[in-house]
Amino acid sequence: MSGSAQRIWALVMRHIYIWRSSVMRLVDSIYWPAVQMVMWGFMTQYLLPQASFVAQAAGVLLSGLLLWEVVVRGNLSLSIAFLEEMWSRNLGHLFVSPIRSWEMATGIIIAALLRTLLGLVPVSLLAWAFFGFSIYSLGLPLIAFFAILQMFSWSIGLAMSGMIMRVGQSAESFAWAAVFILLPVSGVYYPITVLPHWMQVISYGLPPAYVFEGMRAILAEKTVHWDMLGIAFGLSVVYLVVGFQVFQWFFRLSRRAGSLLGQGE
Amino acid sequence: MTVVLATPSIEVKHLRKVYGEIVAVDDLTFAVPRGAVLGLLGGNGAGKTTTIAMLLGLLEPTAGDIHVLGIDMKKRRYAALPRMNFSSPYVDLPHRLTVRQNLLFYGRLYGVRNVGKRIDEIAEHMQVAPFLDRQAGKLSAGQKTRVALAKALINKPDVLLLDEPTASLDPDTADWVRTYLKDYQHETHATILLASHNMGEVERLCDDVVLLQAGRVFDRGSPRELIERFGREDMEEVFLDMARGRGRGLDALNRKETAS
Repeated sequence: MSGSAQRIWALVMRHIYIWRSSVMRLVDSIYWPAVQMVMWGFMTQYLLPQASFVAQAAGVLLSGLLLWEVVVRGNLSLSIAFLEEMWSRNLGHLFVSPIRSWEMATGIIIAALLRTLLGLVPVSLLAWAFFGFSIYSLGLPLIAFFAILQMFSWSIGLAMSGMIMRVGQSAESFAWAAVFILLPVSGVYYPITVLPHWMQVISYGLPPAYVFEGMRAILAEKTVHWDMLGIAFGLSVVYLVVGFQVFQWFFRLSRRAGSLLGQGE
Repeated sequence: MTVVLATPSIEVKHLRKVYGEIVAVDDLTFAVPRGAVLGLLGGNGAGKTTTIAMLLGLLEPTAGDIHVLGIDMKKRRYAALPRMNFSSPYVDLPHRLTVRQNLLFYGRLYGVRNVGKRIDEIAEHMQVAPFLDRQAGKLSAGQKTRVALAKALINKPDVLLLDEPTASLDPDTADWVRTYLKDYQHETHATILLASHNMGEVERLCDDVVLLQAGRVFDRGSPRELIERFGREDMEEVFLDMARGRGRGLDALNRKETAS
């Protein structure tokens, strides 16, 4: 194993050790999505006989919820993976070890991905067990949806982690709340066309809007808009690169200001 | 005959760190030869921890150059970091991980070969074997210090930076730690830079001492030289003279400054 791979592996294993020692840390990854899934599941059952769109595209609300949770959990999982180092006052040791910032980002992204899957896969199975709805019926595009939304959520998580590194744990609540500002313009539960024009412009600058429009197109029209998914994928890659650059920028600022030292002490 | 001088393990030139209007370290210059133990001494806020943080790359200097093992830390710090390590009572190890998991984590980060074997070896040396599978957060202060040192030595560093390695330890454990560090340095010829408030420790471990005051070098020499220059019995008295601005050492320094 090369040096970089070994260091990334070390960081991933460090998170797996934590999960093994404290299963409760994983519970919130399942708990909130499960509660929401049950609520929206019953909402769907209530709306089915009354709303023609829901009847036509059964599962549109549950799919929206589960895919939105990919964004929320992705961002949270990454932020938590970074915050673990701050909570344990370990940043000082970590940043003087030979691990480079891109290796660190890759390690916490892999840990975040595992944590997201550990939370959402059981919830998706619960949705099938409770309401007979399978998100996997979206087929192959589901993989693209998941990849796009994960990359986008990581970009936000990296930027938030950088800010927390510079400002300190007082900025922690931003890590939890950051993605929710995007909920109204992401078109999770309604088409983007209902938004005012200026909000639509913002929406189409964000990858989730394409994913949720694409999801509705599959469920209602049985059509896959691969061109839209291509744009969303490209946008996600750009956001991920920008997110990492923001993380790097905050790292440089922290080194200059001495806040890495302060976080460690 | 040409005399080739070995590159110092640590070389610091005109190092300066400014936070706004506060000058934390001002024009600090020193070199530590390979295999030497240098003590950084000074009161709270004298610039010891800031200097160590800059040496490790945790803090960006405002000005000046740092070379460790001949490597320019500004440009190529990742080439030096695998051969360095660090311990401080103010920086913890992940407390939910067991001691073994912590050592595995850092062993892998530092690219230690046969890390399992190295852990067994260091656990025996540092007497942490009985609690290898206990969570780091559940250890006593003395045990935590031994584990922190085990982590600092996991990669057999050529340069070891220690910030108050025996702070909050009982005299017995502190003495044990000093003995171990001295042995390690003798066996490996590692270079150690030590920031401490414990003058007995400095006298016992250090070949050379840099006295820092308000971020500047106040004086420098071996413990014996400093004690002699200040006309005192031990380093504790030397330190108090510096801190309180009194004594023969200060007079000598003033005369030297006036003459120059």
